[in-house]
Amino acid sequence: MKDYIRHARPHVTRNEDLIFERSSPGKCGVDLPPLDVPAVSASQLVGEEFHRQEIPGFPEVSELEVIRHFTRLSTWNYGVDTGLYPLGSCTMKYNPRINEVVARLEGLATDHPYAPAELAQGCLRILYETAQCLTEITGMDAVSLQPAAGAQGELSGILMIQACLADRGNPRKYILIPDSAHGTNPASVTTSGYEVRPLKSDAHGSIDLAELDRAMTEEVAGLMLTNPNTLGIFEIRIREIGELVHQRGGLVYMDGANMNALVGIARPAEFGVDVMHLNLHKTFTTPHGGGGPGSGPVAVRKFLEPYLPSPTVERAADGAYQLNYNRPKSIGRVRAFYGNFGMAVRALAYILANGSEGLLQTTQDAVLNANYVMRRLRDVYDLPYNDQPCMHECVLSDRRQAARGVHTGDIAKRLIDYGFHPYTTSFPLIVQGAMMIEPTESASKEELDEFIEALRAVAEEIEEDPEFVLKAPHTTRVSRLDEATAARKPILRWKG
Amino acid sequence: MRYLPNSPSDRAEMLRAIGYGSVEDLFSQIPQGIRFQGRLNLPGPLSEQEILDFFRRAASQSSREYVSLLGAGAYSHFRPAAVDAMLSRGEFFTAYTPYQAELAQGTLQAMFEFQTLMTHLTGMEVSNASLYDGSTATTEAVLMALRLARRNRVVVARTLHPEYREVMTTYVRHLRTEVVDVPYSASGQVDMGELELALKQETAAVVLQSPNFLGAIEHSGKVAELAHRSGALLIVAVTEPLSLAVIKPPSEADIVAGEAQSFGVPVAFGGPYLGFLATREKFVRQMPGRLVGQTVDTQGRRGFVLTLATREQHIRREKATSNICTNQSLCALAATIYLCLLGKEGLKALAQQNLAKAHYAAQQLQAVPGTALPFAAPCFNEFVVKVPGRAEDLLRELRREKILGGVSLGPFYPELQDHLLVCVTETVNRVTIDRMARVYDHFSNRKKAGSAARAAASQAVGQEKG
Amino acid sequence: MYPDEFQYTKDHEWLRVDEDIATIGITDHAQKELGDIVYVELPKAGDPVAASESFGTVESVKAVSEVYSPVTGEVTAVNSKLQNQPELLNSDPHGSAWLVRVRLSDPKEIAKLMSAEEYEAYIREDKAH
Repeated sequence: MKDYIRHARPHVTRNEDLIFERSSPGKCGVDLPPLDVPAVSASQLVGEEFHRQEIPGFPEVSELEVIRHFTRLSTWNYGVDTGLYPLGSCTMKYNPRINEVVARLEGLATDHPYAPAELAQGCLRILYETAQCLTEITGMDAVSLQPAAGAQGELSGILMIQACLADRGNPRKYILIPDSAHGTNPASVTTSGYEVRPLKSDAHGSIDLAELDRAMTEEVAGLMLTNPNTLGIFEIRIREIGELVHQRGGLVYMDGANMNALVGIARPAEFGVDVMHLNLHKTFTTPHGGGGPGSGPVAVRKFLEPYLPSPTVERAADGAYQLNYNRPKSIGRVRAFYGNFGMAVRALAYILANGSEGLLQTTQDAVLNANYVMRRLRDVYDLPYNDQPCMHECVLSDRRQAARGVHTGDIAKRLIDYGFHPYTTSFPLIVQGAMMIEPTESASKEELDEFIEALRAVAEEIEEDPEFVLKAPHTTRVSRLDEATAARKPILRWKG
Repeated sequence: MRYLPNSPSDRAEMLRAIGYGSVEDLFSQIPQGIRFQGRLNLPGPLSEQEILDFFRRAASQSSREYVSLLGAGAYSHFRPAAVDAMLSRGEFFTAYTPYQAELAQGTLQAMFEFQTLMTHLTGMEVSNASLYDGSTATTEAVLMALRLARRNRVVVARTLHPEYREVMTTYVRHLRTEVVDVPYSASGQVDMGELELALKQETAAVVLQSPNFLGAIEHSGKVAELAHRSGALLIVAVTEPLSLAVIKPPSEADIVAGEAQSFGVPVAFGGPYLGFLATREKFVRQMPGRLVGQTVDTQGRRGFVLTLATREQHIRREKATSNICTNQSLCALAATIYLCLLGKEGLKALAQQNLAKAHYAAQQLQAVPGTALPFAAPCFNEFVVKVPGRAEDLLRELRREKILGGVSLGPFYPELQDHLLVCVTETVNRVTIDRMARVYDHFSNRKKAGSAARAAASQAVGQEKG
Repeated sequence: MYPDEFQYTKDHEWLRVDEDIATIGITDHAQKELGDIVYVELPKAGDPVAASESFGTVESVKAVSEVYSPVTGEVTAVNSKLQNQPELLNSDPHGSAWLVRVRLSDPKEIAKLMSAEEYEAYIREDKAH
C-alpha cells in the first residue's frame, strides 16, 4: 500500500463518555447569586399536584468537566475551519469571525421581540436593510426574513403561489418538479397541499422543454426549479422555460440554494423567476452549526408582495422602522416572531464586508474553483454532462470505479483518510453514483491541488486494492458505523 | 477581499491549467440577455472596524438599557460564559449536518445527550434533535397527531400562544382541518366543561400549553384523561421549559413540544430559537426532524449516527413526515451545554428563584390599589396583572424608569384590554421590582386623583349646563 | 434461484397460490437492491388490497420501497415475525419472510404475472440498463 497521504495524519484525541456517565451527586457547574426576595416553598406555591421534586437522569458535573467534555467532543468533528468541505449544494464557505462578534452585541443578542418598536429601531433596521440587500441581489421587489430555513422558504413561496392563483380564480392542483431536485422540494410541495408532478430531465440533466410543454397544463400551478441545477449547470433555456410556464398561467419558483454561482452574475427576477428562497447558511456565510440554525428568506416580485408572511418590516415616511401587521392577503405566519434575526445580522455583516465587488469576486472564485476541480479529475472519474463549464459545483460519477465494486460512498469514506470531508454522495439521483463537489470560493489553489491529488490517489487505490478502499475510513475515531442495527433497534437516549 | 484565499496569480494559473483565457469564459453559457450588467447597488465593502461601528450603532438603538419583564414565548435568562465559549469552537459551529458520522461524532454525541435531557425533562420516551422553534414544533406535533389519529379535527385551548396558533393555521389550511377553540375559565386555565363538550366530536388531538400564555399551569393529567377517553391525542406545548424543573412534566401527554430557547439561547429579537418535540416510543416513526441513535462500529466501539432517516425529506421526499432539513443544531448544543452546567440541582434552584421572584412581584403589584391578579391558577414565572388604568399609559410610565413592564394582552385577547403579562426571571432584581411597584402605585394614585378631578369637573359642567 | 411455483411482478414481488389464498413477498433481487432491511410496514388482517396498488413499505437504512399487491382481495394473515426481525427479508425473502396472505377475489389476475423464467429474463435485461 503506497503511502499517498502526505498532508493528513491521525492524531490523539481524548476519549469521552456521555456526560451522564461522568455525573456525580453534589456537583454543579453554575453558582447562582443569592435570592434577593423571600424564598418560597415550591410545593406550597404551586401545590402538591403540580410540584416536581426532582428531574431524574439530569447530570451533576462541574464547569471544568463541561468544558473538557465538549472540547473533547469538538475535536471529533470536522468543520469548515478545519479544511476543505466540498459538499455539493451546501456551500460550505468560510464563516467570518466578525459576524460572530456583531451577532453577540448587547442590544442585538438581548432584545426581546415584543419590545416596543421605538426601542427596537436597531434590530428592525437590520431586518430591513438585510431584506433590501437581498432584493438587490436577486432583482426581486420584496423579501421576508421570516422563514427559518430553506425548506420553510420553499413552503412560504409555494403558499404564496397558491394564494395568488386562488385570488385569480383557481389555485390549480400540481407543481412540477424536475427529477434532479433536492428532497425538500417535493416535501415542501406536499406540505402546502399541492401534488408533485415529476419532470424528467433531458440528456444534459437540464429541464426538457418538450416534457415541460407536455406537462404544463391548466391544472399546474407552477414549476419549482433550481438554477443552476443540482448538476451545477445553468439552465440556458431558462427564459423559454419561464415564458412557457407564464403563458399557461403558472408561476416559477426558484430554489436559491445555488445562488453562490449567481451573485453579481445574473438576477433571478431578470430570467423569469416570480418567487424564490435564499439560504443564508449557504450563500451568505451564516454558520451551519452542525445542522442549523439557518435562515430561508423568501423573495418575490411585486405582484406577490401582498401575500408575504405577516408581519412585514417597513420604513415609514419619517424614517422610522415598523412592523406592519395589516396584511389582509398574507399567507399568514410560518413561525412566531420575525425570523432568525441572528442569522440576518451575520448575513448583513457578510454583505457589508464584501460590497458588490467582493460578492462578484466571490462568485467568480467559486465557479473557477469548481471548474478547476472538474477539469483536473475528468480523466479519472466519469463526467456525465461534460460539454460545458460547470458553475459553482460539478457532479462526477463513480461509473468506472463501480466496475471494481467500489461506489461513491466508499470513495467518500476513503477521502476522509486523506484529511478531507467527503463531497455529497449519491445525489442527484439522475446520475449513477453521483459525486457532487462544491469547493466554494473558500479553497486555495494549494488545497484544491491536494484534494485533486487525493481523489486521484483513491482512484489508483481502487485499481490496486479495492478491498482497502471498501473498508475505509481507517484513521478516524470510529470506523464505519452499523446503521442497520441503529434503525432496527433504535436507541435514542441514554438509559443508564 | 480578505475572505478569499487565492491571489490574482493563483487565479491566472488555474485558468491556464484548465484552458480558459479569463474567468468570463466560465460564464459563457449564460445567455447575454440575462447577464447582470453593472454593479449591484449594495453598501460596502467595509473593514471590520466599520462593520463593528455599523452594528454598534444599531445596538445602541435598542432596549439594552432597560430591564425587561417581557416573556410570552421568549425568555431572558442568564447565559453562563461556558456556553458561548464552547459554541465558538469552530469544530462545532462550522460543521455541517452529521451525515458523515465518522467526522461528526462530536455533534452526534452532543445531540444524543440533548435528546436524553429532553426526554427526562418532559417525561416522554424519545425526543428529536430539534425543530425550528416552539411554534413550528407545536405545529409539527399537530400534523403528526393528524397522521396518527387519521382524524381531521383539532381542539385547541385558547390560551395557546396566539402566534403558535397562527402558524398552525397556516400549515393545516390545505388539509381543511377543523380547528376548534376552547376558552379559558375564571382560573386562567382551560375550561374543562367546554373542553369536554368540544371532545364530543371525533378529534385527532387536543393542544394545550402549560404554563399557558396567561402564565397558568394546566391540569394536563385531567385533560389527558378527557382526550384519551374520546380517542384523541394530547399535545402539550411548553414555551418556558425551565418550569419543568419544579413543575411535574405532562407525562400523560402523547406529544410534548415547544420552545427551549430558555436554555442558553439568546433572546435575539425573535430568533434563532430552539424547537423540541418529544413523544412516546411507539410514535417514533411518525416523528419529524432528525434523530440520533446509538450504535457500534466495525470494531464494536460505541458511536452515534443519524437514524430512522427514511422518515425524512432526503429519502422519503414527498411522503416525508416533514419537509424540514436544516434544524437548530447549534442552539440544541447551547441547550445541552447549559443544562449540563446547571444540572439536576442547579436547574431546580434556578427555577425556584424564578418562582420566588415572580411571586414577590405579583404580591407587590397586587398590593397596589386598582391592580388585580385576575387569575387564581398557580403560575411559574409569568402572571397576568390587571392594571389600574390604560395598559399603554402604564407601560409608558414604566419605560421612563427604564423598565419594560410586560406584554400588553389587549392585542391578543380583546377581553383582556388593560391587562399585562408580566414575566419575572432571575435577571430581574428586587430593586427593580420595588421600583416597578412604586410606578404602579403612583400611576394608580394619579388615576384616582385624575378621576376625582374629572368627576369634579364634569359635575361642574353639569351644573353649568343644568 | 427463483422458485418455479411462484409467480412474479415487474415491481419484484412474488406470489404463491394455494387454492384461493395467495402468499406474497418480495424477491431476492428486491432485497439485494434495498440493502439491509430495517423496517416493514404492513396492513392488518381484514384490510383490502387491490392489484397494482401499494399495501405497505419495506425500508432499508437509505431507501424506502413501496410494496405493490399483484392481486385484489382481503388480507387473511400478516407475517408478525418481520416486526422484530426485518433482517429475515434479507436472509430468506422467498421463505420465512413472506409478507402477507390474501384471499383472492379474482383468481384470473394471476394469469397476468410472470413465471420464474420470465422474471429471471426480466431482471437480466433490467441490469443491462
